[in-house]
Amino acid sequence: MENQELEILFQQKIDREEKIEPKDWMPEAYRKHLIRQISQHAHSEVIGMQPEGNWITRAPSLRSKVVLLAKIQDEAGHGLYLYSAAETLGVTRDEMLNALHEERAKYSSIFNYPTLTWADIGAVGWLVDGAAIVNQVSLQRTSYGPYSRGMVRICKEESFHQRQGYEIMAHMAQGTPEQKAMAQDALNRFWWPSLMMFGPHDSDSAHSAKAMRWKIKRETNDELRQKFVDKTVQQVEVIGLTIPDPELKWNEEKGHYDFGEINWDEFYNVISGNGPCNKQRLSHHKKAHDNGAWVREAAEAYARKKQKSVAA
Amino acid sequence: MSKQDNQWPLWEVFIQSKTGLPYKHAGSVHAPDKEMALQNARDVYTRRSEGTSIWVVLSDNIVASNPDDQEAFFDPANDKVYRHPTFYVMPEGAKHI
Repeated sequence: MENQELEILFQQKIDREEKIEPKDWMPEAYRKHLIRQISQHAHSEVIGMQPEGNWITRAPSLRSKVVLLAKIQDEAGHGLYLYSAAETLGVTRDEMLNALHEERAKYSSIFNYPTLTWADIGAVGWLVDGAAIVNQVSLQRTSYGPYSRGMVRICKEESFHQRQGYEIMAHMAQGTPEQKAMAQDALNRFWWPSLMMFGPHDSDSAHSAKAMRWKIKRETNDELRQKFVDKTVQQVEVIGLTIPDPELKWNEEKGHYDFGEINWDEFYNVISGNGPCNKQRLSHHKKAHDNGAWVREAAEAYARKKQKSVAA
Repeated sequence: MSKQDNQWPLWEVFIQSKTGLPYKHAGSVHAPDKEMALQNARDVYTRRSEGTSIWVVLSDNIVASNPDDQEAFFDPANDKVYRHPTFYVMPEGAKHI
């Protein structure tokens, strides 16, 4: 069959809401788009361990420490589910890590912001994981089977993360005036970067139209961002904090909140490598990877030795 | 780090969520040997007691049918409606059959 013919059948299959599986025929551009998106999603989970790992030794109680450890371990797991899904498309783990280290692959720009106080750990769990959940709930319906199954698994685990963060913020917001100010400050710094997590406006998004047609994405960046704002405003009110946006207002007619314009210069600046922590995040990842090389070699040497002794 | 890096062989993971239920594919892990493959699979796929038992299989050892051949491959079953109970005509009034 000609490629054109195959592509028509492929699109019909997608339009019937049938999932695409690893060995099915798919357009090269679909495969490429998925490898890019899934590997960057995986990198985000793994790089996202760093801002949180920053607070493990300083968590204010044993309870908050075990919880934070469990959450960070989940992020590692989520990275692995996603690498595993990307590998079904024919890319190796090695290639993906190289792309990250050589800055050909990106990760979510939110993780290039520092976590300066304990309240930031609250803001990350509540807002950053909250925004990620909105995106991932939508991606459960993505057209590629292994990606979709990974998302289902991740969504099941993710809601503990968001509640963990919100609990921290709620506690601090009810604490001393200093603690409340710390919570408000964390909200001030993480609110706009969280909205940026959904990516550029639909009209400026390079990959959106194709991804929607192939049902890799099920809702647009702006639709998802609106969902996040709509559900988060009430949670902010409940704990008595203020969203740092003077233009935020309920729009009765639309049934949604209106909100101010995002500072897109900041977004593109951070994405292109100039955020507060870009260099630190990447060099830490490289260092951890290189420092672990001998462990990978030793485990393999041990496996070879054992195999030999079985054969002998 | 553009040199070829050793990421260990790939293993497919199957999990039985409860005794008596079939094993279901969960995803994959990298591991140098079968013991570590099992341990990695446990750490990655059953952090919340999602399983009572795990199988791991080297991905290279899995043989899969090709979706392009789906029609021809499963064709032998298509014209054998007599393999279904609804094919048979039962006498009026017969019970428990």
